[in-house]
Order: sequence, then structure tokens, then C-alpha cells
Amino acid sequence: MANLIRGAVSRRTLLKTAGGVSALAAFGATPLRYALGAESLKVGMMLPYSGTYAKLGENINMAVELLVEEKGGMLAGRPIEFIKLDDESDPAKAPENTNRLVSRDEVDVIIGTVHSGVEMGMVKVVKDSGTLLIGPNAGAGAMTGALCAPNIFRTSFSNWQPSYGMGKALADRGVKKVAYITWDYGAGKESMQGFADGLATGGGEIVQALMVPFPETSWQPLLAQIPGLGVEAVGVFFAGGGAIQFVKDYAAAGLRDKFPLYGSGFLTDGVLAAQGDAGEGLETALHYADGLDNPRDTAFRAAFAKKAGRDADVYAVQGYDAAQLLAIGLEAVGGDMEKTDAMYAAMGGATIDSPRGAFTLSKAHNPVQDIYLRKATGGKNLVTGIVAPKLADPATGCSMT
Amino acid sequence: MLTQLLNGLQYGLLLFLISSGLTLIFGIMGIINLAHGSLFMIGAYTAFVCVRAFGELWYALPVALAAGVLLGAVLERTLFRFFYAREHLDQVLLTFALVLLFEEARSLLVGNDFYAVPVPAILDFSVPISADFSYSAYRIFVLLVCLALAGLLFLVIERTRFGAMVRAAAANQEMVQLMGLDVTKIQVAVFALGTGMAVLAGALAAPLYSVYPGMGDGFLIVSFVVVVIGGIGSVTGAFWGALLIGVVDTLGKVLLPGIAGMAIYLLMALVLLWRPNGLFARSS
Amino acid sequence: MGQTRLLLLGLLLLATFPWVVPNFYVTLGSSALVWAMFALSLQLLVGVTGLVSLGHGAFFGLAAYALYFVTPEGGRLSIFLTLPLAIAVAGVAALVIGALSLRTRGFFFLMVTLAFAQMVFFLFHDTDIGGGADGVFVGRPALELFGVAIPTDKHNRGLVGYYVNLALLAAMYLALAWLLRSLFGRVLSGIRINEHRMRALGYDTYRYKLLAFVIAGALAGVAGHQWVMNDGFVNPELVGWHRSAEALLMILIGGLGVLYGPILGAIAWTALGEISQLITDRQLLVQGLFILAVVLVLPQGLAGIRLWRRKAAESTA
Repeated sequence: MANLIRGAVSRRTLLKTAGGVSALAAFGATPLRYALGAESLKVGMMLPYSGTYAKLGENINMAVELLVEEKGGMLAGRPIEFIKLDDESDPAKAPENTNRLVSRDEVDVIIGTVHSGVEMGMVKVVKDSGTLLIGPNAGAGAMTGALCAPNIFRTSFSNWQPSYGMGKALADRGVKKVAYITWDYGAGKESMQGFADGLATGGGEIVQALMVPFPETSWQPLLAQIPGLGVEAVGVFFAGGGAIQFVKDYAAAGLRDKFPLYGSGFLTDGVLAAQGDAGEGLETALHYADGLDNPRDTAFRAAFAKKAGRDADVYAVQGYDAAQLLAIGLEAVGGDMEKTDAMYAAMGGATIDSPRGAFTLSKAHNPVQDIYLRKATGGKNLVTGIVAPKLADPATGCSMT
Repeated sequence: MLTQLLNGLQYGLLLFLISSGLTLIFGIMGIINLAHGSLFMIGAYTAFVCVRAFGELWYALPVALAAGVLLGAVLERTLFRFFYAREHLDQVLLTFALVLLFEEARSLLVGNDFYAVPVPAILDFSVPISADFSYSAYRIFVLLVCLALAGLLFLVIERTRFGAMVRAAAANQEMVQLMGLDVTKIQVAVFALGTGMAVLAGALAAPLYSVYPGMGDGFLIVSFVVVVIGGIGSVTGAFWGALLIGVVDTLGKVLLPGIAGMAIYLLMALVLLWRPNGLFARSS
Repeated sequence: MGQTRLLLLGLLLLATFPWVVPNFYVTLGSSALVWAMFALSLQLLVGVTGLVSLGHGAFFGLAAYALYFVTPEGGRLSIFLTLPLAIAVAGVAALVIGALSLRTRGFFFLMVTLAFAQMVFFLFHDTDIGGGADGVFVGRPALELFGVAIPTDKHNRGLVGYYVNLALLAAMYLALAWLLRSLFGRVLSGIRINEHRMRALGYDTYRYKLLAFVIAGALAGVAGHQWVMNDGFVNPELVGWHRSAEALLMILIGGLGVLYGPILGAIAWTALGEISQLITDRQLLVQGLFILAVVLVLPQGLAGIRLWRRKAAESTA
């Protein structure tokens, strides 16, 4: 007997609705993609389309689309179908989201993502499923380290690499005592390690690590501590919007003269305009820079600006190269993704003609590339030299090396 | 040390601005408003949009205040007044829904990018307070404004007729009704005022924190802690509670970085053990 | 009896579900079942005893992290080891937190439970104990006893996991239903309705509430354990107040006055999440509007927790 209370919805109705809704979800979601023809290659774009890294995700997305457009919309004769998924930079949802692409949408390859925590979730899933994964940004060391795999590639960097370059530049100048400030998460900690390793080549060390919970911007108390630490410089890793606020706060606190700021290029890439005067003169190290003056870069920048309506940045370059790598692999096997051995071998041994300069991949599938030293001049990160040529990530724990 | 105290003071005063509204709304109407953090975000984004449109933060502040007051009045009349008698659970869920909707609205109107908001031009300099460290003039300005607003609020609550009505309603709502005062007007006014303060706080804070999705989250929980510590319905309590939290949180980050996040919750637990109704509780 | 038939029908639907849907939805269904367990454990506090807690996620997360601490790197442990451990850890945590929190009432109780959950959250988020803010991977517990195992490879793991979840959920429901009919359960209902009266009748309400809190916490631990078994991934957000708020939401959607309400709510909420993802990019909008609708429209009748367990008095099965 359904106990109907005044105005209440009866339990039967509730149960029926819930059941119906679940059934609808189950059946209504049968992929319609079969209608598009078996020839098209499904590329899952798992990127942050919302949240603090949204602009980076959009740049990567557009750069990938640009490369495919340049090749006439097809790679190795196969039309490309993009399936976008917003990962919201949320590591907790990463396995579920990746599963959506792999099991429900049945993509052939996944390109993603920006946030290292999310990337780790993706790595776990594709190691199980065997799906090809090309990382266009996230620098988590384990991706091409302890968790490396034949079907996992990266065309960006490892968190360790650019920071190592910056640390080494300081070591070359005889700096010995440094403080380091960053967000307390994987990317921050690995950057700090790279910086420490680079600094150690000249006998220097990080005297104090100042950690900020991710993604907060409340570093005022930490900034106030810096004068009392007895350091010659301050190393830093922040990216995206946090970098804007930090650089401005650092300058406002009057710290830039006595305690010059150095870090990997993410501090200034894509955000110099917003930083204004506070960012002028900052030196950073990165695998990309403005003013590289090579024909590939010039052409890419022009094409990207035309498509996106804004300047290319390192994220766009990485996305572009991810698509290039995929193209190389597909062309090596004539578009037949069943031939994974041949495809992965071709990709692993490729030289990618990148706007940053040509680079190869290490055995762990991470780029072996030049790290440039740059100086923020007039709103651009102009290259001033190469601080670490053909730098490879140590790839600790990778079974493929 | 002085710098850290200054930091704690500035953070605490900003917190007070946000929490004062919360404590009044909860104390008088009994509404648990989880969307209070979103109000802060709305204020910050309003400032961003205004600065983008008009160029200077000065125009943004009155706009934000007006928008906040209006929003509060509208929310009260169309939604919240039906929830005064409802269970806390319903209010928690209603306001949770509002949080989601506000985030979506922001996403639709302004997008999801992280934006910096420039400091007003005449305040764009730094005041050296020690040999090596300077303090942003704008931060000092925010500190002073919050202090002034706190004083103003105190005057209104303690010295005006309206304030007397508010205090009476906070202590005993039924009695106020029995005495013939229009409780509805008080409710709308308090809601509008509380919302307005939170939105204004967001606008003031925009150049300090930048605007980004989910920026209200951190302030939401902390403002509830302030209300609990200070005593529900007490503006004085919110003031001292906020300052206490501001200083403890700041010092926690400096002295005990590992557990800094927990510091204010430990503080709340301790206060509740000593004074179960908060430091300045009005009603039992 | 109408309700028993309804429940059996529901169980049948859930049991046959994996056979009629694509593989991805089996894992999604598993997620919904884990949520259902979590919400059901909270129902003991909210719907039965009238204690609204925003800190229930703490027990869910602590159980999950406990698994991380005991499972050897890259290895797996038997479920017969891990499940009791999860229950124990969550139960002890609930005892400690409950003993302190239950000294407060109403809004303060809400805030204190929230505070404890936040403390646990920051413990895992800001320190390296549990792998920090990014979370960690944990070897999934295996279904084995003294070397005799039900083999699970990546093809049937989803299916096996689903049925383990379903079995646990059914067991949990039956246990709670039995509990409600007992004297203990009736005292809890009495506390919800009028605590002063129960005290006047001579019951030590603090003890009863604490016991309910511990049981609820332990059951949340079961859900946390199953989360690890499903996902193999733990991160600090599992402890956060957002999770507890979503569980409250599921209870409200499904019905505050019935024991299986949270189960309905969990299924409905998960289904809503999927559907909204398919039809639009604006998921939060759909979810927000949905919650708004439920809170405004549905609880006109479901608002009364007072309607609880008139069914129990009438039903005989």
C-alpha cells in the first residue's frame, strides 16, 4: 500500500521515474558515430575547457585542429573526428572521464591533458586499455618515468626539464643560496626538484621551500618571509592565472631588486601582457621562446594567429607537435592503427619538425630538446641563449630505457 | 612580524565584511546560505567587468554595492522568504543549487579564464615598511575601507533605530512581531545589506586575488567558521572572530606550514569547547 | 506487501542491468551503487536520527586512504582483509569525531562535523602522507581467501565489481531495515522527533546518537572501500564537504522518509549526470536547476521527517 502523504509524489512514481531515467541513460546513449563511416579516425581531446587552465586547453585544441587542417582534414588518408571532453582539471574524475572516451566513445587515440594530476589518471586507464595517448602538456615525471609504456608519448616536457635549465643557468652564474616558492602539488614539487638538480651542478642549494596549497593565491605571508631567509634569489613555478597574480604581488612587495625571480617559462608565457610592468625583465627558462627566428616557427605563428585570433604560446606549439607526432605514426602504417608495433616504433624514432626547433624523443617517449634562456622584453619572452642543449629527462624508473 | 600582522589584519577585515552579512542573515532569519561565497565571486567578477568597461576600479565599487543590495533584495523576496520555516537541510540544498547556478551564469557571461584586475592608478605604488619589504598601497587602502565600513556598520547596528530593530529581531523574532514591527521589512533590509557587503568585499578584493572560477569556495567555509566563533547574529562577534581567524590563519601559514589549513578549524573546535555558543552569542 | 514487492523489483532491475547495457555503463552503475551505499549510511543519521552532518565524507575518505596505507606498492590484498579494516578505521574515526561533535546540536553540529571533515581534508591535501593534493593509486582489493580466488581480469572486473557492490548494498539495506525495527532504531526515531521527551523517558540520548554515528561511519567506510575497489584511485576530494552535500542531495531526491530513498536518489543523480553530459556542455546548469526543482516542488510532501516509519508500524513482512 503506497502511503500517500498530502501532496507527496508516490513512491511508485519515484521508482518508475528513477528506473526510466536510468534506462534512458543506458540506451539513449548508444553512440551515433557508427553513422559517420568506419574510416574516420576518432581522436579524443581530453583537455580543460573550463576552470583555471581553460585558455591553455583551448590553445592546444586549436593547434591540433590547425595541423589537421594543414593536412587537408585527413591524416594518412583518414578523416579525423574530434571528440572533446572537459576534464575540468579534476584528478578525481580523471579515470572516469578517460573511460568515457575509451569505453563509451571508443576513440582510437587520446590527446590530453594540461593538469598533471589528471594526466596520471589517464595514464592508468590507457595502460590497461592499450589506447594511444599523446600528452600535449602535463609534465608529470611518472608519465615517462615509472609509468612509461609503449603507447604513451609526450610532446611537451617533463616538469623537471625547464626548471633544471633555470637552475643550471643560476649555477653557471655562481648563485649558491636560493628560496623556492610554488604550489604544493606534483608539478610544483617536480619543478622544484629539477631546479635543485640544476643548481647543484654549481654547488648551490634551495635553502627554503615555500609551498602554497593549489590553486590558491594567498602567498602574502610567504612573501613577507623572504627577506629574512638570507638568499640571493628566488626560484618559482606558477602557471596560468596564478602566475599573473604572483608576479604582480612580488613586484608590489618590492622584492624584485634584492631577490630576483627566476623560474621555468610558465611564469611568463601567455601572461606577460596581463603582468604589465611587473613582468618586464624577468628571466626564465623554457623549451620555447619568442624571437626564435626559424622558418617553421614563423609560419606556425602566422597560421595560429589567423586561426585563433591571438598569439601562439608554448601550449599551442606542444599541441601542434602532438598532432604532428600522430601524423608521423599514422603515415608510417598507412593509417592502419592495428599495426601498433610499427606505428609506435616510427613515432619513437621520429624527429619532429617543431616550431621550437627540431627535437627527438627519448626511449621513455619524452622530448629531448634545447632549453632556451629568455628575458621578458617589451611584452615578449625573447631568447637570449641556450642554457641546456638537447636535455633529456632522467626518466627514473622507466622500464623502456 | 609586523608585516605578517598587517597581512592577518587585512585578510581578517575582508573576512569580516563577508561574514557580517552571513551572521545577520543566519541570526535573524535562520538561513544557512552556502551561496555566500558565490556572492564574493560575483562582486569580484563585477569589478572585473566594470574595470574592463570603464577603466578604473572606482566605478566598479559603487556598482558592485548597488548590484549586491539589489540581488539580496530580489533573492529574499523571490526565494528565501519561503524557506524561513524550512529545515536546515532544505536550505543547505537550495543554496547549494544556487552555487552551481551562479557558477554557470559566470561561465556563460564572462567565461572561464583567470583574469587579473588592475589596481586603481593612484594607488598603484608600494609603501616600504622595512628595509627589504614593501606593502602595496592598495592593500592598505582595502584595510582602511574595511575598517571604516566596520565602524559604519557598528554605528548603524548600535545607534540607529533600524539597528535596534535588527538587534531585537536577532534576539527574539516573535517578540518583535508581537510588538507590531514589520518583520518583513527588516528581513529584506538585512538580506540586502548582508548580500551587498559580501559583493562589495569581492569587488574590493578582486585586484588582490585575481578572478577565477571557484574563487568563492575558500571564503565560504571560513566565513561560516567566523560566524560560529563569533556567535550567531552578533556583528561584534563577527568582527573579533574574523580578526582572530585572519591572524591565526596568517601566522599558521608562516609558523606551521604543514598544518596551516587545519589551524582555523582547531581554533573553532577550541572556542566551541570553551563557549559552546560562540564568543559573543546573543541568544541561547 | 507493496513495499517488499517494490524492493524486490528494484533489486531485480539492478541485477539484470549489466547484461543489457554497454560495458561503460556497468562501471557507471557501480559508481552509482557506491554512492547509494554512502548516502544510505548517511540516512541513518539524517533521516532516522535527525542529525544533519556535513562531515560524513571524512569516514568515506579515511577508509579509502587506509587501504592506500596497507596495500603494498603494485600489489593487492584480499578483500576479506581490507573490508574489515576499512570498517574498523571508519568506525574508530566516527567514534572519536562523534564523541566530540555530539556535544553540540543543530547548526553547531553541522559546523563541527564540517570542521572535522575539513581537518581530515587538509591533512591529506596539504601534507605528503597520502600523496598530497593529486591523490594516489591503490591496488584494488582482490576477491580471494587463502589463495582461492575469483579471477578478475580487465574484461570481467567491471561486472564482478558491480555484483560485489550490489551484494553489499543489499546487505547494508537489510541490516539497517532490521535495525530500524529493533528497539534501538525506535529510540533513534524518538530522538529525531523529540529528544527532550526521550531523555525524560530515561534514555541516555547522547549514547544512542553516538552509537548511530559510529554505525553510520562504519558503513560509510564500506562505501569508501568499494570506491577503491572500483576506481583504484584516492584523492583528498573524497573527504570534502561537497561529497557530503551531494549525499544529502541524494537522500532528499529519493525521499527523506523512506530507507531506500538514498538508493533511488543515488541512481537518479548519477543518471542525471550522464544525461546532462550527453545533451549539453552546461552540466552545472542542469544539475543546479534539478536541485532547485526538487527542493521547491517535491518536498512539499516529503518535507516531514515525521512521516518516517509509520510504515514500519504497519508493515509485517
